[in-house]
Amino acid sequence: MGKLVTLMGDEKKFTSVSIPVPLFKKVEERIRGTGFTSVSSYVTYVLREIIAEEEKQEDDDKQPFSKEDEERVKDRLRALGYID
Amino acid sequence: MVMRQRAHGGRLIDRVMSPADRERFLAEAADLPTFEVDGTMAQDLANIAHGVYSPLEGFMVRDDFLSILDHNRTVKDVPWTIPIVLDLQPEVLPDLSPGDRLAFTYQGKPMAALDIDDIYGFDADEYASTVFDTTDGSHPGVAKVRSMGDRLVGGPIMLADEMPSPFPDYTLWPIETRVLFKEKGWRTIVAFQTRNPPHLGHEYVQKAARTVTDGLYINPSIGKKKKGDFTDDVIIHTYQELIENYYLRDRAVMGLLQAEMKYGGPKEAILHAIMRKNFGCTHFIVGRDHAGVGDFYTPFAAQDIFSEFPDLGIVPLFFKSFFYCKRCGSIANEKICPHEGEDIVNFSGSKIRGRLVEGLPPGEDMMRPEVSRIILDADTPFVE
Ligand SMILES: [Zn+2]
Repeated sequence: MGKLVTLMGDEKKFTSVSIPVPLFKKVEERIRGTGFTSVSSYVTYVLREIIAEEEKQEDDDKQPFSKEDEERVKDRLRALGYID
Repeated sequence: MVMRQRAHGGRLIDRVMSPADRERFLAEAADLPTFEVDGTMAQDLANIAHGVYSPLEGFMVRDDFLSILDHNRTVKDVPWTIPIVLDLQPEVLPDLSPGDRLAFTYQGKPMAALDIDDIYGFDADEYASTVFDTTDGSHPGVAKVRSMGDRLVGGPIMLADEMPSPFPDYTLWPIETRVLFKEKGWRTIVAFQTRNPPHLGHEYVQKAARTVTDGLYINPSIGKKKKGDFTDDVIIHTYQELIENYYLRDRAVMGLLQAEMKYGGPKEAILHAIMRKNFGCTHFIVGRDHAGVGDFYTPFAAQDIFSEFPDLGIVPLFFKSFFYCKRCGSIANEKICPHEGEDIVNFSGSKIRGRLVEGLPPGEDMMRPEVSRIILDADTPFVE
């Protein structure tokens, strides 16, 4: 029972993705002697890095606050002496 | 066009009630189960509501709590290292259940609402050893975890009223710092976390970081501290004086972070970086023994941990400690000066503190005279 619970827990946390065997071997070679302990941890790292970069580009034109918010904030910053 | 820093998780969180929702909440609050929060918890409520902890919208539910302990990420794969939780002793409000609304009061007045999604237990030793890397009760973070109630209550919050800030003129929320940086025309902003008055070593770290960025955001964390720490008042006034006398006025500003130190070393360094990202900063200074306490963490553990987060979204700037080198005749560090031993005068925090405790200035080769004067003139420079 205990084992089953653990297994189910792990299944929820990790899943597998297929990559070509030559690529797998190339990565395996590449990470030798680095801090990466497995091809999986390397692939995870690289994917997170790329996705974060893509998300950053997508967000550049998003306005995080309205024009009215901005004016209200500017009034306060002016009153506090942060801006002229 | 000024590029804006993305909030952590993608969206700057705003959990402040509209005036109408606030009226409704204040009217219903008397009939809700209530929980009186202390100053630290009130700060956390305000931080959540104003997006300092984006993407958190409230106190963590079990899945996020466990996910963070397991691999330093929320269930949505967003980097996060220290759980933000609400704990209750079992005898407090024993009848709460998911779906209930709880009213937080601060100093007797309704402050915020929590819509409960989850109530769960946790293992204090597992929490302590995962977050603080020790279960030694002399670690203040571990002691705090051990003193927590054994039920955690998770769910989104909504803020009705601000807590009174002891330093309202320096209290800036992420939307305010973001507008401020935009108005200044800064595209890259480096944040400096501190809990001490500045000595020359701090000043040089900040100035070195500033030379590669457009602006410097000095962000002292104020709030509950250990006995013997410098008081918030002294930290703020010494920085005011330093900026006034030694910084480019257009390139450096100070605002406060109201958050309790957790002394979590590397994991707290990540949390510190996330909060500064939410303030709109693009870079974050990490020096020696960041957010450490005693000998619990190796001097540069708080720098090493950043390599686990390629998607953190804020660039850490790592520094070795600065010192005064008599042979170079300048302030330097081991990356730029080859000398050692007798040639080197370290900016030792404990040496500086020792002088100040005796009522003596630490010397102008360690601390600006304007800074030491403020500390020596203060009635209570240290937390008692
Ligand atoms: Zn030298």
